[in-house]
Amino acid sequence: MLTILLDGIAYGMLLFILAVGLCVTLGLMNFINLAHGAFAMAGGYLTITLMQQSGVPFLACLPAAFLFSAALGLLLERTLYRHLYDKTHLDQVLFSIGLVFMAMAMVDYAYGANQQIVNLPDYLTGRVSFLGASIGVYRLFVIVICGLLAAGLQIVLTCTRFGSRLRAAVDDGRVARGMGIDVTRIFAVTFAVGSGLAGLGGALGTGIISFDPTFPLKYMIYFLIVISVGGTTTITGPFLAAILLGVADVLGKYYVPAVGGFIIYTIMVLVLILRPQGLFSRGPAR
Amino acid sequence: MTDQTHSTKPSPEAVAARAVLLGRARWGLPEIAFWAIAFGAFFFMPTKLSLLSEIAILGLLALSIDLVLGYAGIVTLGQGAFFGIGAYAAGLAAKYGAGAAPWSDPLLGLLIAGAAAGLIGLLTSFLVLRGSDLTRLMVTLGVALIVDELVNQMKWLTGGSDGLQGVLPAPVLGVWDFDLYGKTAYLYALGVLFVLFVIARAIVKSPFGLSLQAIKGNPLRARAIGMPVNGRLVAIYTLASVYAGIAGGLAAQTTQFASPDYVAFHRSADALLMLVFGGAGHLYGGLIGSIIFRAMQDYLGNITPQYWQFWLGLTLVALVLFVRGGILGLFAKMRDRVLRKGEPA
Amino acid sequence: MSAPIVLESRQLVKRFGGILATDHVDFRLPEGARHALIGPNGAGKTTFVNQLSGVLKPTSGEIWLGGVDVTDWSARRRAHAGLARTFQINQLFADLTPIETLVLTIAERENAGWACMRAVGARTDFVTEAVQLLEQLGIGEIAHTRVGQLAYGKQRLLEIAVALAQKPKVLLLDEPAAGVPEHEREQILDVVAALPSSVALILIEHDMHLVFRFAKSISVLVNGGLFVEGTPEEIANDPRVRQVYLGEEAVHV
Repeated sequence: MLTILLDGIAYGMLLFILAVGLCVTLGLMNFINLAHGAFAMAGGYLTITLMQQSGVPFLACLPAAFLFSAALGLLLERTLYRHLYDKTHLDQVLFSIGLVFMAMAMVDYAYGANQQIVNLPDYLTGRVSFLGASIGVYRLFVIVICGLLAAGLQIVLTCTRFGSRLRAAVDDGRVARGMGIDVTRIFAVTFAVGSGLAGLGGALGTGIISFDPTFPLKYMIYFLIVISVGGTTTITGPFLAAILLGVADVLGKYYVPAVGGFIIYTIMVLVLILRPQGLFSRGPAR
Repeated sequence: MTDQTHSTKPSPEAVAARAVLLGRARWGLPEIAFWAIAFGAFFFMPTKLSLLSEIAILGLLALSIDLVLGYAGIVTLGQGAFFGIGAYAAGLAAKYGAGAAPWSDPLLGLLIAGAAAGLIGLLTSFLVLRGSDLTRLMVTLGVALIVDELVNQMKWLTGGSDGLQGVLPAPVLGVWDFDLYGKTAYLYALGVLFVLFVIARAIVKSPFGLSLQAIKGNPLRARAIGMPVNGRLVAIYTLASVYAGIAGGLAAQTTQFASPDYVAFHRSADALLMLVFGGAGHLYGGLIGSIIFRAMQDYLGNITPQYWQFWLGLTLVALVLFVRGGILGLFAKMRDRVLRKGEPA
Repeated sequence: MSAPIVLESRQLVKRFGGILATDHVDFRLPEGARHALIGPNGAGKTTFVNQLSGVLKPTSGEIWLGGVDVTDWSARRRAHAGLARTFQINQLFADLTPIETLVLTIAERENAGWACMRAVGARTDFVTEAVQLLEQLGIGEIAHTRVGQLAYGKQRLLEIAVALAQKPKVLLLDEPAAGVPEHEREQILDVVAALPSSVALILIEHDMHLVFRFAKSISVLVNGGLFVEGTPEEIANDPRVRQVYLGEEAVHV
C-alpha cells in the first residue's frame, strides 16, 4: 500500500514539473498552450538520443534537456506564440494543436512510432526499504529532485524581485504594465523556464513513463486536469493537484482498473463546473 | 401591431426590407451546383464511393460543430462523444436486430442514434452554459473522455477495444441492400446529409438561428431584450448532438462496425479542424473542409502517414496566423473587396 | 403626483465586498415620468440601474415593477414585463444588421423567437414595425449595414431603437449621448425628446444640459445613497447639491 502511495507521489511530482510551466503561462497571458507536452517530449527524446547514441551519462542529460527545451520554448515564443496572445482561445487551441501534430510527425519520422526505453544507470535501479515499504531507487530520486525543484520555484516566486513581478503580472497584467513592469519580457522568460521544466520533466520521465510520438496528446489531458483542479493563481495549487492526480491515477490503476480514468475525468468536470477557479485556488474566478 | 390592426398595406420601404431579408434565405446558384456535383459524384467517381461516403459522414459531424461553434459560439472539443454514442446505438440496434427489420432498419437505427446522442447532449448541455472558452473546452473534452472510458470498459455491450462486430443493417427502406462497392452507402449517407442540411439551413436562417448569432455576439444584450439565452443554448447544443449522433449512426451502418476510435479525442479534433479549414458559421464550411481534409489525408497519407500529420499541423498553424475564417471566410473577404471596388465612391 | 407607480425600489442595498455601492435606496417612478438620475462619478448610478434591470442581484431590498415584486426575476423576465434599457457602452449584435436586430427584438417580444422553420423576414408585421422604428429614429438608410461597421452615433440610436422595439412601460437610458460626436448629438436629443409619453423614462446622465432639457424630476445619487430629490429648479438651486455634485460650476436652467 505504502509502496503504491509512494509510486503515486513520484508520479504526481513528475506531473507537477511537467505541467507547472503551463499553469504559469495560462495564468499570466491567459494563453492556452496545448503544445506544452511537445516541449516535454523534446526533453525526453533528447535524453534518449544522448544516452543511446552518444553515451552521455543520465545525470548530464537532465540539465541538457532543460536547456534544450527552454531554448526551443524561447525561440517559438519570440517567433510564433507572441502573435497569438490577443487572439481568441479557439485560435490558440487550433494553433497549439497544429504544433502538436507537427511535433508528433517529426518525432515519428525520426524515431518511429515505437516506445522508447532508457537504460537507467545501475545506481538508480533497484529498490530500497523506506518506512517499511519497498520503493524503487529511481522513484525516490524523482521525488527528491522534483521536491527540490518545487521548493526552489516557490522560493523564487515569493522571495525574489522577479517572483514578485511575475505574481503582480499574473494578478493583473494591465496594472502591472502601468507600474512599469515589462510583462512581455517576464512572459518570455517564464515561457522559456516553463518549457525547460517540461523538458526536464520529460527527461526524468524516461525512467517512469514510456515515450512514443503520441506523448503530447496523451499527457495533454493530465496537464489540463492539473490546471483545472489546481488553478492558475498559485504554485501550491497545481502542486497539490498533481500529487493528488498522480496518487489517484496509480491507486486507481492498481485497485480499480475498470473505473480509474472514469473517476479522474468525472472529478475534473465536476471541479470545472463547481469551482471554475480551481479546487486549491484562492479568491473568485476572474 | 399585428396584421389585423394594420389593415393598410406595408410601406414600400418595408416591402423592400422584407425582400432583402428573405433574399438571404434563398438558394443560390453555387449552392445548387454544390449539391448537384455531390450527387453527380455517384456517377463520375464510382471507384471512390466509400471515401465519398466517409466524407459525407464527416461533413455531417463538422456541420454539427458548426451549429454550436459557428452559430452559437460554444467552443467544443467533445463532439466525438456524440458521434460515438450514435455509432454504438445504431450499431447495437443493427446487431441485435440480426439484419432484419424492424430493429435493423437503417432509418430507425439513425433515429435511435440521434435520440441516444441527443439525450446525452441534453443532459450535458447544462455544463456548457456557463464559463469561459477554456472551461467549455475542457468540460466538453472531459465528457468525451468519460464516454471514451465507458466504451472501453463496458466490454459486454461494446466489445471493448475490439470494437462492435456483426453490425448488419437491413436494406435501406427495405429495398436497397448495402453493397460491396458502397453505392447504396454513398447515396444513403449523402441523402441523409442533404435532408439534415436543409433542416439546419432553415433553422439558421430563422429567428431562432438569428437569436443564436445574437447570443454569440452579446449575451448581455440578448438577455436585456428578453431572450431566453440558456434555453436557446440548450436547444442548439442538443440539436447538434442529435446531428453528431446521426453521423455516428451512419458511420456504424456504412462500415458495419463501431470501435472506440469513433469516440477518441482525434475524432473531435479532426472534425473541428475540418470546420475551421472550411470556415465556421457558413454551414458549408464543414462540408468543404471535410472534402479537403479527407482528400489531403488520402493523398499525403499514402506517401507516409507522418507527412500527412505534419502538413495538417502546418496548415493549422498557417491558418490561424494568416487566414482567419477558413476558405469560405477568404471567399467572403474577396467578394467584399470586389463589391467595394464596384461601388461608386 | 397621482399617477400610479410603475417602478419602485425599496431599501435597496448592494455591497461589493466592503464597499456599499447602493445604500438603502427608496425610489419611486410614476407612469409617464421624465426622471433624471444624476450624481458624481462613482456614485453608483450604473450599479443601481443594473439592479433595476436585473443584470445585478441586490444584496437586500426589493424591486417592484408594475405592482409586482420582481426582485428575484431574471433580466429576461423583467424585459418581458415591460422594462427596457440602453447601455452606457453600446451592447449590440455586431454581426447582425439593424433591421435584423429589430426584427429579432420584436420577435422575442411577441414570443416568436423560437420559430425555427420560417425565414427571418417572413413576418411582414415584424418587418413593417422594424422599418417604422428605424425611420422614426432617422436611421432608415443604414437598415442593412452590419452593426459593427456603423458609426458610433448611429449605434447609439440603434441602442434606443432596440429598447423601443420592446414596447416598454419603463425605459432606462444610460447616458444615451455619451461619446457621441457633437454633430450627431442633436439627432439623439431629438429622439429622446420625441419618446412617447406613455413610457416612463429614467435618464442617467452626466450632461447637465440634457438633464435640464428633458427631466421633470431629478434624483441625486451620492455615495450609493439617494441624496436629494426634486424638480429641476429645486435641484439647481439646492446649495447642498451644488456643493457635493456641481461644485463651482454655475448652472443655467
